Amino acid sequence: MAEVKLTNVNKVYSNGAHAVRGVNMEIADGEFIVFVGPSGCGKSTLLRMVAGLETVTEGDLFIDENRINDVSPAERNVAMVFQNYALYPHMTVRGNMSYGLKNRGDSKEEIEQKVIAAAKTLHIEDFLDRQPNQLSGGQRQRVAMGRAIVRNPKVFLFDEPLSNLDAKLRVQMRIEIKKLQRKMGVTSIYVTHDQTEAMTLADRLAVINNGQIEQMGKPIELYKDPKTLFVASFIGSPQVNLLLVQYDGKFLKSGSLEIGGFEGLPIAEELVLGLRPEHLRIDDQGKLTMKIDLVEQHGADNLIYGSLEGAKNEDGDDLELCLRLNQDQEPSIGDTIKLSYDHSNALVFNKETGNRLI
Amino acid sequence: MLKLSWHAISGHLILILGAIFMTAPVWVAFMSSTHSAETLFREGLQAWPGGHFFENYNEVLFVEGGVMKRVTASMMLWNSLLLGIGFAIGKVVISTLAAYAIVYFRFRLATPLFWIIFMTLLLPLEVRIIPSYEVVAGMGLLDTHTGLILPLIASATGTFYFRQFYKSVPEELLEAARLDGANAWQFFIDILIPISKTMIAAILIIMFVVGWNQYLWPLIMTTNEDNYTLVIGIKQIYQVLSEGGELPQFQKAYALTILATLPPVIVVLVFQSWFVKGLVESEK
Ligand SMILES: Nc1ncnc2c1ncn2[C@@H]1O[C@H](COP(=O)(O)OP(=O)(O)OP(=O)(O)O)[C@@H](O)[C@H]1O
Ligand SMILES: [Mg+2]
Repeated sequence: MAEVKLTNVNKVYSNGAHAVRGVNMEIADGEFIVFVGPSGCGKSTLLRMVAGLETVTEGDLFIDENRINDVSPAERNVAMVFQNYALYPHMTVRGNMSYGLKNRGDSKEEIEQKVIAAAKTLHIEDFLDRQPNQLSGGQRQRVAMGRAIVRNPKVFLFDEPLSNLDAKLRVQMRIEIKKLQRKMGVTSIYVTHDQTEAMTLADRLAVINNGQIEQMGKPIELYKDPKTLFVASFIGSPQVNLLLVQYDGKFLKSGSLEIGGFEGLPIAEELVLGLRPEHLRIDDQGKLTMKIDLVEQHGADNLIYGSLEGAKNEDGDDLELCLRLNQDQEPSIGDTIKLSYDHSNALVFNKETGNRLI
Repeated sequence: MLKLSWHAISGHLILILGAIFMTAPVWVAFMSSTHSAETLFREGLQAWPGGHFFENYNEVLFVEGGVMKRVTASMMLWNSLLLGIGFAIGKVVISTLAAYAIVYFRFRLATPLFWIIFMTLLLPLEVRIIPSYEVVAGMGLLDTHTGLILPLIASATGTFYFRQFYKSVPEELLEAARLDGANAWQFFIDILIPISKTMIAAILIIMFVVGWNQYLWPLIMTTNEDNYTLVIGIKQIYQVLSEGGELPQFQKAYALTILATLPPVIVVLVFQSWFVKGLVESEK
């Protein structure tokens, strides 16, 4: 049980890479925080600083009001689950789980009891005497989790723990992790670049870009109300459709396409209009005309891809548009359809700064 | 079909010839060591067993004055074992520690130091034998087991192998251990050593054989017969033989030679499977 606080945290690696830039964050007791962002944005670095595996170049880290910048990883009482599990290959599952407790000086009986309890929670009690190379990927993952929970740490840290599992197992473990975290109420930070994991696990989500937090909030807030173009394009799957437009006081213009209904936007500046695939709908009165060139059936819904008539992308080609429809609506390839959208859901950004205007 | 079997036959023929070529001298030495001095002197080397096996080996192993003036072969065997084992263990201890320092403690001189160590691979012991002798003599360690073993245990080869191995160990293992509260020493003992145990076994075996076969250094180092190793003993006995006077004791020389080859052979045979595993398997 712990609160975690980061104030103006910076990380500059010895090779000069400025991986984390002035991050401020307050994590409440028991909260599940997820870091998402593109590869190399500094998610792992930030997590590893909390773990104590990287030094903090500037700024302060606190767990429960205690500044922990200079506290050793073990004394921070945090546990980490690694992407490759990092189990000790020569130790049994029991050995792996008890190693930390042994180093901490717990008594034999105490260790055995804690290991059994943790193993039960994770359904690995049958494997306690096996070595990691005698376990499947999923079982190893559980052991890695077991090694984390057995110490009853103040904070759980996860660095892409599920990315080595197959899709089905990933979903299953995701749900288990969430339940486990709920049950234990341990403050957790979870790094992933998987959208769905991020959206489903997080109490609050931090979108990180280039070492900075672009936006932090509840997953649904970030989806509905992204503050920047980056966040809008990062959250949501399939990705939001982006149209390069200019405002002439009345219409948003892209090529020969004119879209009305917007007010108060800066004139003659490069803007970006974002329309989410799920907010577009077929409507014979619609202003947008799309020529379908691909239909993907996902079961519950269909994703329709095509080119938007008149609109150009940055390369001057017809703009590719994606549209999500119910499974009962299935237009054919080659059809031309009219689309409309809800104005309240449209997002407009300044292209230069990436800031949201509407 | 015909061609295939012809291949097999010629292949086997070559192998059999090679095997005979390799083992025949050992066989002849062994057989000759079971004959009396007279037989050998009169009839030359023997290809078949004679009747003096127990007599010869007993004299060589246990009778003072049987081989040298005072020391017995069992004493020399013991010295050789000490040298072989001390050499092997010393090398493994030093090189695991050195490699650990180079790989895990990123002090500024780690890379240049490693390359210096690596370059000494190119320099055989013989190059530094005079200064080494000076140092050992200065420390008053001449004619001691310590003096015999200590200057030999620094191992560039071992350090190099362990460095390569440690570099292949995933970094997360160290990080997991740190989070588990292990200090540098515990990580080394609890994690790194156990996961490199097949490698350690392989290096122990190789180094035992190398240590056992050390010649020049023990020759220079030891003046007292009590500290002779088997290899030195063999050299001495042949020297005595060629100086002559009495009836040459060739059977003893051969017995000594056979005794000298036995321990390395046994070690390699017994630990063969480990040895191969250590060289082939990259356990992580
Ligand atoms: N040990 C290091 N030394 C120097 N630079 C590093 C080191 N580790 C990471 N970096 C740099 O810091 C930046 C952030 O790296 P980090 O590993 O935190 O990214 P990430 O967000 O976790 O990416 P991914 O999703 O690919 O894991 C990258 O530009 C990377 O090149
Ligand atoms: Mg990472």
